[in-house]
Amino acid sequence: MKTLITLNINGDAREIYIDARRSLLDILRDELALMGAHRGCDSGDCGACTVIVNGQPVTSCMMLAADWNGAEILTVEGMAKDGQLHPIQRALVEKGGIQCGFCTPGFVMNIKALLDENPKPTEAEARAWLAGNLCRCTGYAKIIEAVMSVAEESA
Amino acid sequence: MTDALIGQRVPKLDAPSKAAGKTIYGHDVRLPSMLHGRILYSRYAHAKIIRMDTSRAEKLRGVKCVLTPKDNPPHRFGYGKDNKPFKDIARSLRDEIAGVVATDADIAEEALSLIEVDYELLPNIFSPREALSEGALLIHPEHKSNLFQRYNYSHGDLAQGESESAVVVEEKFLLPYVSHVCMETSVVVAQFDHRDHLTLWSTTQIPFLLQRDLSEALGIPGSNVRIIQTAVGGAFGRGLDIYPYEPIAALMSRKTGQPVRVAFSREEEFLAGPARQPAEVTVRAGAKADGTLTFRDASCMLDIGAYVSWGTVTPLVMMETTASLYQVPHARFTADCVYTNNLITGAMRGYGNPQSTFFIETLMDRLAEALKMDPVNFRIMNANVPNSETPQGLVITSCGLKECLEAVAASADSARMNVYPERSRRNEGGRLVLSEVEGMTVTANIKPSPFNLQPPHIKRGIGFASTLNVGGGARIYRSDGCGATVKVDDFGHVTLVTGSTEIGQGSETALAQIVAQTLGVKIENITVLNSDTDIKPWDVGVHASRTTFIAGNAAYLAAVDARNQIFETAAQLLGVGVDQLSASAGQVTVRDEAGKSISLEQVARRRHFKEGGKVILGEGWYDPPTQLVDKDTYKGNISAAYGFGAQMAEVEVDIETGKVRVLRLACANDVGHAINPMAVEGQIEGGAQMGLGYALTEELIVKDGKVLNPDLLDYRLFTSADMPIIETRIIETDDPGGPFGAKGVGEMGGTPTAAAIANAIYDAVGVRMTQLPMTPERVLAALDEKEKRARV
Ligand code: FES
Ligand code: FES
Repeated sequence: MKTLITLNINGDAREIYIDARRSLLDILRDELALMGAHRGCDSGDCGACTVIVNGQPVTSCMMLAADWNGAEILTVEGMAKDGQLHPIQRALVEKGGIQCGFCTPGFVMNIKALLDENPKPTEAEARAWLAGNLCRCTGYAKIIEAVMSVAEESA
Repeated sequence: MTDALIGQRVPKLDAPSKAAGKTIYGHDVRLPSMLHGRILYSRYAHAKIIRMDTSRAEKLRGVKCVLTPKDNPPHRFGYGKDNKPFKDIARSLRDEIAGVVATDADIAEEALSLIEVDYELLPNIFSPREALSEGALLIHPEHKSNLFQRYNYSHGDLAQGESESAVVVEEKFLLPYVSHVCMETSVVVAQFDHRDHLTLWSTTQIPFLLQRDLSEALGIPGSNVRIIQTAVGGAFGRGLDIYPYEPIAALMSRKTGQPVRVAFSREEEFLAGPARQPAEVTVRAGAKADGTLTFRDASCMLDIGAYVSWGTVTPLVMMETTASLYQVPHARFTADCVYTNNLITGAMRGYGNPQSTFFIETLMDRLAEALKMDPVNFRIMNANVPNSETPQGLVITSCGLKECLEAVAASADSARMNVYPERSRRNEGGRLVLSEVEGMTVTANIKPSPFNLQPPHIKRGIGFASTLNVGGGARIYRSDGCGATVKVDDFGHVTLVTGSTEIGQGSETALAQIVAQTLGVKIENITVLNSDTDIKPWDVGVHASRTTFIAGNAAYLAAVDARNQIFETAAQLLGVGVDQLSASAGQVTVRDEAGKSISLEQVARRRHFKEGGKVILGEGWYDPPTQLVDKDTYKGNISAAYGFGAQMAEVEVDIETGKVRVLRLACANDVGHAINPMAVEGQIEGGAQMGLGYALTEELIVKDGKVLNPDLLDYRLFTSADMPIIETRIIETDDPGGPFGAKGVGEMGGTPTAAAIANAIYDAVGVRMTQLPMTPERVLAALDEKEKRARV
C-alpha cells in the first residue's frame, strides 16, 4: 500500500508515494537521495540520523514517514546557505570536531536544535543535550569545543 | 622555511564535505541496477548442515538467486586459510550458511526466513580450556589441534630475576570481548564486469592485501580485482582482514551479473563482525628493594573463536609491552591462541596493547606499593630511555617516556590540590608546582566539585599508567612499505597519490601538509588521491599507527623527487645553480638574490613544452629499516621508532553503588613531532573514549557463543555526557627517522586508560580490579571481598 504525502524538505515541497512501513530515514536516503542523514543503528540509539522536523530534533530512523505529511523537515543538506557552510558546520570543521564524519550530520542537526532552544548553553548542558549522539572517533572534546565557540560568537 | 605548515592546526581537508553531508560513504554507494544481498547465519554454534531447501525462498517475487555452500569456490581464505564463504559445517553462530540476492534488502531478508535447514548438532566448545583438554573435538579437523598457535618468548634468566627480587607480585586478569563499534556498519558493493573483473567498493583498511585475499578466495587473478575505498565511517582495526561477506558479495554479483550490495544491520555488526579477543592472563613481576625491575612473566590464553584472523597476531604486541615497556632485564611471555565455537575475533585499535598495558601497569602499581615508592618515581626510574635497545631487540631512537610521566604527574599535583590537599604525597611539604601544568590543553571544563563538598560514600583517587607503542610502522608482513607519487601540473597544482588511506584519522591532511611544506605551496593547492587500487601505488595498509611515519616518509620522498625536477628546470631557466634555489609560496626563488624567481606553474610548463620535455612527477617508496621478528625467538626490531605515553586518571568511586566516575584523564604523548597538533589531540581524545569504555562500560556479553547485548543501548559507549575532562599534552622528541621528526600516535590514546583507572580505583578505595570492564557490580563485589577479608 502506497500513500501520497508531501514533505517540505529544506524549503522544497516534495510529493512522494511511500510505502507506509518506511521510516523517514528510509525515505530521505532511498527515495530522495538525501544521504546526509546516516543510519548507524536504525533503532534510535546513535543519533546519526537526526534531522529537524517541525522545529524538533528527531531520530528519523524511528519515525514513520507517513505520519509526517506536510511537515517541515530540515536536514544537513539544508544547513549551508549560498554555498557557505552554516556556522555550526564551520566550527566543527575548524575545531577538529570531525574525523570519520559519520556522526557529523546528526551532530550538526542536534547542535542546531540545542542552540535554537538555548543559544548560550553551559558546557554541561551541551554535553547532556548531545548525549544521544554517539561518536566513536573524537572523544567529543572538539565537538563540544565547536558548540561552545558558536554559542560564544552568537553573543 | 617561511610558510611553515608543519605543526599547524590545519582543519581536515575532507571535513567541509563531511560537515555538509555530501561525503559518499560505503552505505551511500548506489549503482544502476544494483541488487541487495542478505546472509543467513547458522542457528547453532556447532552443527553440520545436512539438508537445505531453498525452493520457497527462490520463488519469492524479487529474489534473484539463493547461494549455498555449493556456490563456494574450491579455495579457503583468511589468515589461517580456514574460512570459506558459506559453510557446510557451522562452527559458530555467525557462520554464513546461505545468501539471498533480491531487488531490495527487505525481500532478501524475507527470503532468508523461507530457507529450510536441517542441522546435525555437534558438541559445542565455548571455553579455550575445554578446547585444549584431552580428546576435545577438533573445531577444524584438518588443523589437528584446537591450539592454533603458541607464542613463547623469553629473554634473560627468569630464575635469576626472581632471586634478585625484594618484592614479587602476582595477579590473574580477565579481559572481555569488546567491539570496534564503528558508527558505520560493515558494507560492501561488488560488481563483476564483462571481462570478469571485480570492482569492490569497500571499507577495508588493507586494499592491497584484500585484493590478494579476494583473488585467492575467488580463484581469479589479483589483476582482475580492483578495490575502491569509500569514505569510511570508522575502522579501528575492523578493516584489517578479509571477511566472508566480501567474497559472498562478489559471488552474488557474479551469479546475477549485476552489482550487489551487502550492508550489515547494527545487530549483525555485533554478531558477525570481529571482536577483540577475550583473554585470561596470569602475570608475575618483581623488583629490587631500590625499585629496579627484575623480571616479568606473563602467560595468556586467548579465545580466537571459530576462525583465525590477523587478530591472532596480537600476542606479538602483548609480548612487546611485557618485555619492553620499562627496562626489564628478565622476561617471559607465552600466549595460546585457541579455537572455540565462539565469535570471530580480529584486530582492534592497539592490537593487544590495551590488554597487556592493563595487566602490566596494574602490576607496576602493585610493585610500587609493595616497595612503598611513589608510583611515578618508580616508573621514571625504570623508564625506557632514548638511543637504547631493549633485550627484545627494539631499537629505541627518540623516547619521551620520562617527560610524559612528568607531565601527567604535574597534572596530578593540581588534581591533588583541587581535590584533596591533605593527601599531597608527591611533593613533600605540600608544595605544589602549578606552573608545570601550563601548556596543558584543557578540553572540557566540568569542574570536579571541591573535596569538602563530597559526601562520605564518594571516595577519590588518582592512578597512573604508561604505554609503549610502535610509532614507525610495524613489520608484521614481508613489506612494511608505502608508495607515493607527486605530480605538479601546468597550474602549479599538486596531486599526491598515496598508497595509504584516510580512515577518518586525518592522514590525508597530514600527508598534504608534508608535501605542501616540501614544495613550498599552500595546502589549498594539494589534492590527495588515496582510494583506488587501480591508481595508487602499493601500501600494506592503515594499521599499527604507521601512516604518518611510513606514508609520510613516502610522500616526503616523492615531494623531494618532484622538487629536484623543479629545481633542475628552474636552475636552467634562471641561470643559477640548483643549490641556490628554494621553494616557497608557489615560487622557486634564488637565495640571496632578491626578486629573482620563477613560479611553479611556469617551471612545469617550460619543462614539458619543448622537444624532449618531461612532466614533473616525483615518486617515493619507503619501507622502514626494520625486521620481521625471528620466528622462533620473536626478537627483532619491528618498528623504526617507538611512541610513548602516560596517563593520569582521577576518579570518584561511590562505595554504595560501586559506580566509578572518571573526573579527569590527563594524557601526555611523545609523538616525535606533531605534524598537525589538532589531529594528534583528536587521536588521543578519541582513543581515550575507547579506553574509558574498555575500562568501565564496554563488554560484549557472550553466553554459549551468543552475544546477548547486540545493540547500542546495552553495549554502552561513553557519550559526551559521560566523558571526563581530557587534558592532552604533546611531548616532542623529534625522531630522526620520522618525516619532520614525527612518530605514530593513532593507537596510544586508549592504551593505558584502563590501567590508569584501575590504579586510581585502588588509590580511592583500596581494591585491585582485575577484570574488565570495571562495572559497578564488580567494584562492589571487590569492596565486599575486601571487607570480608578485613573482618577475618
Ligand atoms: S540510525 Fe537513527 S538513531 Fe541510529
Ligand atoms: S567522527 Fe567518526 S563517529 Fe564521530
